[in-house]
Amino acid sequence: MKVLCCVSHVPDTTTRIQFTPDGAALDRTGVTFIINPYDDFVLARAAELKEKSPTTVQVTVLCVGKNGASSADSVDGNLRKALALGLDEAVRIDAEAKDAYYVARQIAAYAEGKNYDLIMFGKESIDYNGSQVPGMVAALLGLPFISYATSITIENGKAHLTREITGGKEVLECPLPLVLSAQKGLAEWRIPNVRGIMQAKTKPLHVLPPVEILPRVRTLKHEPPPPKGAFKKIELDQIDQLVEELANKGLI
Amino acid sequence: MSAIAVWAEVSEGRYKKPTLEALTLTRQWADSLGLPVWAVVIGKELPTDSQQVLGDYGADRLISILDPQLEPFVNSAYARALSELIQQKAIRYIVIPQSYNGRAVAPLVAIWADAALFSGIIGVPEKEGEGFKARRIAYSNKGFEWVYTAHLPLIVTLKANAIVPAKNSRTPEQESFSFSPKAEDLRLKPIRVEKIATDKVPLTEAEIVVSGGRGLKGPENWKIIEELAQVLGAATACSKPVADIGWRPHHEHVGQTGIQISPNLYVAIGISGAIQHLAGVASSKNILVINNDAEAPFFKVADYGIIGDAFEVVPRLTEAIRKYKAQHSH
Repeated sequence: MKVLCCVSHVPDTTTRIQFTPDGAALDRTGVTFIINPYDDFVLARAAELKEKSPTTVQVTVLCVGKNGASSADSVDGNLRKALALGLDEAVRIDAEAKDAYYVARQIAAYAEGKNYDLIMFGKESIDYNGSQVPGMVAALLGLPFISYATSITIENGKAHLTREITGGKEVLECPLPLVLSAQKGLAEWRIPNVRGIMQAKTKPLHVLPPVEILPRVRTLKHEPPPPKGAFKKIELDQIDQLVEELANKGLI
Repeated sequence: MSAIAVWAEVSEGRYKKPTLEALTLTRQWADSLGLPVWAVVIGKELPTDSQQVLGDYGADRLISILDPQLEPFVNSAYARALSELIQQKAIRYIVIPQSYNGRAVAPLVAIWADAALFSGIIGVPEKEGEGFKARRIAYSNKGFEWVYTAHLPLIVTLKANAIVPAKNSRTPEQESFSFSPKAEDLRLKPIRVEKIATDKVPLTEAEIVVSGGRGLKGPENWKIIEELAQVLGAATACSKPVADIGWRPHHEHVGQTGIQISPNLYVAIGISGAIQHLAGVASSKNILVINNDAEAPFFKVADYGIIGDAFEVVPRLTEAIRKYKAQHSH
């Protein structure tokens, strides 16, 4: 079985996000970049599948991105970390992720004709939160798409899945090949062991040129959230007034 | 003739809040362009109140795409139906609620209908030069992004709770659009739905959310959260550590890796406000923080703060709300 895990290279979850003075881009100074946390669920699930059937499962991890100026902003570094979980090979499409459509077309162009049985993504990246790329790749490749998957098991070429829906979950079946986007639950996050880290150093990491695609959506500018003034401090004997105020604002 | 189409998603036989919000945004966008609104309903049958509800929220036309195979929901079949409609009627603007199913449908339509996609916008798209711009939340609530495209068709998905549903009554004309899903669009087979046993509103749709953290010291103490939620008609939530140690079920976890919410009022009790938690809740319109630690980072994003012991504050708050509601119930 061939598995393709697609990951994003994003600012660490604890980063204080700041934009360049013109708002055009993220200020990358001093920012550490990590693999998108939702993509970590996908890598962990792939590692489980690989562990269970080491000879028959082949896992590729792919990222569309350019290495930044510092070692804290290295796509290749993050791909090596993914490989350290026991995955087989990494691919970096050497291009800036211009928009979701551009990224989806790059991934689809790479995957086309390679007969992946399972293509997995995190449900969204924590930078642009778009939830667009997985579905677009599925549509481009003509494969079924399961969004917000919280579990997948595979038996005889058929996948049994659950996905998160409003107020609960849905149980589904789908023949392979398929594309999914992962929500928390797909697998427990893993930390690579020393052996995995050593082995990852010599695993193949292919850097490929992008295909020529025009993006469709561009960012005009970013804005920081409006500064929040000091909160209104409520003393214990003012709770009645607080309730009154919340009610007057139509909140309760 | 052109129009703005909106997918009026039916969930459990009804048009719920995400659909009413999408209809409202569509009406406003359509008015700015001088176009009519076409509400598109996909499923096995039309809910009986369709004409009424869709008309109330501004639809000029109700286009139904009905087929026995369109129940239960399968994203590719719904996306195919929308794509065919868009192409046959040369529709240039499409609005989709950013619900779970909306997220599963929109990217497929973007490819099949050869459209641009703005996802999770929080306001009506505005004309800008040759194209449109719209505002959305990015960096997990740590910033906003203005996106732009001159590509048509343009699909937008609307973030939940970003706008307030508003009536704009009219009587929609009805039309049916003929469509049957092909086998390749039904490869994915829904088996069953497992609802979380609760009479509460789903977290993502709730107007008020009451949330507890480690400050509550143990699962046995959640009664004060439940009681406050009950008197407010709120959904309950919790922080990641609380879900991880098993005090509360995982489906209540809100934050960066849990469920992201933006209710009108978020009440955070005994939650310090780690940056990962804030990433999931910071777009709440009003935040009330109750914490005995005056230095808790959550106070930095709070609108209201009560510095005090949750076990003392929360029951008093519950009682005060109960009293207020009793006095104002007539």
